[in-house]
Amino acid sequence: MSTPTTAPAKGRRFNGLPFIGPSVTVLLIWMIVPLVMTVWFSLQRYNLLDPTVTGFAGLDNYEFLVTDPDFWASLTNTLVLVGAVLIITVVGGTLLAVLFDQPFPGRNIARLFAIAPFFVMPTVAALIWKNLMMHPIYGVFGAVARALGLPAIDWFAEYPLLSVILIVSWEWLPFALLILLTAVQSLDREQLEAARMDGAGAVAQFVYIVLPHLSRAISVVVMIETIFLLTVFAEIYVTTAGGPGNATTNLAFLIYARALLQYDVGGASAGGVVAIVLANIVAFFLVRTIARRLEV
Amino acid sequence: MATLRLRGLRKSYGTTEIIKGVDLDIADREFAVFVGPSGCGKSTLLRMIAGLEEITDGDLFIDGTRINDVGPADRGLAMVFQSYALYPHMSVRDNMAFALKLAGASKAERAAKVAEASRILQLDAYLDRKPKDLSGGQRQRVAIGRAIVRHPKIFLFDEPLSNLDAALRGQMRIELARLHRDLKATMIYVTHDQVEAMTMADKIVVLQAGRIEQVGSPLELYHHPANLFVAGFIGSPRMNLLPVRATGADPAGVRVALPGGGEVVVPVDGTRAAPGTGVTLGIRPEALKPGSDGALAGEVSHVERLGGLTLAHVAVADGATVVAQIEGSAPVRTGEAIRLTIDPSATHLFDGDGRALPHRSRHPLAA
Repeated sequence: MSTPTTAPAKGRRFNGLPFIGPSVTVLLIWMIVPLVMTVWFSLQRYNLLDPTVTGFAGLDNYEFLVTDPDFWASLTNTLVLVGAVLIITVVGGTLLAVLFDQPFPGRNIARLFAIAPFFVMPTVAALIWKNLMMHPIYGVFGAVARALGLPAIDWFAEYPLLSVILIVSWEWLPFALLILLTAVQSLDREQLEAARMDGAGAVAQFVYIVLPHLSRAISVVVMIETIFLLTVFAEIYVTTAGGPGNATTNLAFLIYARALLQYDVGGASAGGVVAIVLANIVAFFLVRTIARRLEV
Repeated sequence: MATLRLRGLRKSYGTTEIIKGVDLDIADREFAVFVGPSGCGKSTLLRMIAGLEEITDGDLFIDGTRINDVGPADRGLAMVFQSYALYPHMSVRDNMAFALKLAGASKAERAAKVAEASRILQLDAYLDRKPKDLSGGQRQRVAIGRAIVRHPKIFLFDEPLSNLDAALRGQMRIELARLHRDLKATMIYVTHDQVEAMTMADKIVVLQAGRIEQVGSPLELYHHPANLFVAGFIGSPRMNLLPVRATGADPAGVRVALPGGGEVVVPVDGTRAAPGTGVTLGIRPEALKPGSDGALAGEVSHVERLGGLTLAHVAVADGATVVAQIEGSAPVRTGEAIRLTIDPSATHLFDGDGRALPHRSRHPLAA
């Protein structure tokens, strides 16, 4: 926080509280009320299917949660989903950014097409992939496989988590590309020329000059994407509904299933508290490492 | 040994020709300076020599070998860029060792060469710093160090001092000249600053609009400019140029009529200036001195006092203005009438095409 640059005159002490008070109060209520209610519900016996069961549950909801194999599967799925999408989008985004930075005919049109998926809403994107791309009978992939004389793959049955990862990566690749492309464009061309004079080929230029230049932008992409990828929901809801079994159930979908499919508000709230803790752990490490990098 | 030979070098972007046929020889250990107004193609020419720009037509030889199709790293050149182009995420040491590392030099060899370069440039104390922690002059030296460690045949400089303040620029000029002596290397230097060109060059190449106007030593260009462009470009304040008429041949040279009725005899060969032809008279500002018997009369329109020098702008007849550079703080005043004497040895005559008429005798220092 920066201190006000104009020092208050003596005897006329400036009190900023009335000015920032309202917004702080609103934000506090906005955040605290749901948080406290979630914690409170997580300690209650609260199931909509049986309103007669009430009362303080202690840590029963949590115990039930951590002894549920679905919970650990959902944690693993969440981490695999976040990690895989991050790797695909950052690696793919970096390579595409360097590619789209090169002059070639129709570059602006190509950039527009490459960035377009970001404007498609998640539900629509998931439906397109489910019915037009990955469907074993009507989908493009199936048609291609049959044209090659191969058996069509039923993506959501055989590789459910991979399918979700592909869809989410498709949505987030343009974001990474957009951020990284602007970063690539800000690279001083004379640095690349100096590297060429020093004997650096295309690969050495990329490794020693372009990648270090992009490190900051990559950190930003990783941070922003992580925040959103922890809460992926629509793509799963539309395509697999968390299945088969629990193969594509991430934490967000598990909480949804608890609350609105099993009507177990107490258990869902316990899951919500775990999600908050998890998000904060991730945020702590991310902010620490990235803040250090942004200082450079 | 490193000699450079350019033969009919051309560069076009689409249909626009930037370099319009350049022939040039640069000898071993020569300090050659490309100078010219912005947009004259001097940087493009340097980048063609470096290999950063493709050569549209013509031949480029280093030590007699044609290198048009050799990549920039394999030409044995090193370049210092205007922006320095240091690698921001590498320390000074890594910046200087980068080329050696790519070339596969051993750690010990890298360390030895970096140590040698940093000793020459007095950078030892900064080897572990990042470029952003250095001052402009230090960054400049790192950029030069990056060139030195490669032991190039030819050093290329692209306006390396233009980002420095005036005091530092003066200091770096001397350092670069010393470096040229110590390294015994061939250097090519691009600048738009004629002071840098005059003070450092063995050979100045004046370029305009993609063509060479004149090649020569600094004093040769100053005392024997080949044409109006070079005459106006080299020298500060600019040479005074007056449209005049030749009135007759004289044993000493060509007699011309001055605006306002005076006469001066310019010591040049008069075969191309028959009496009556229109010519351009060039007078260096230091060749004009106040004197009651002066051939040029006019009124002082403006005075610039630099302390050691006084620049008097004098409006003469026909609406022309000449600048007289007078030693010391001369007692000239705006608005007063003045007569100026002309030292004929510092005058030049140019024919209708702007080409200089050859002087009868060469300046002793501009052989």
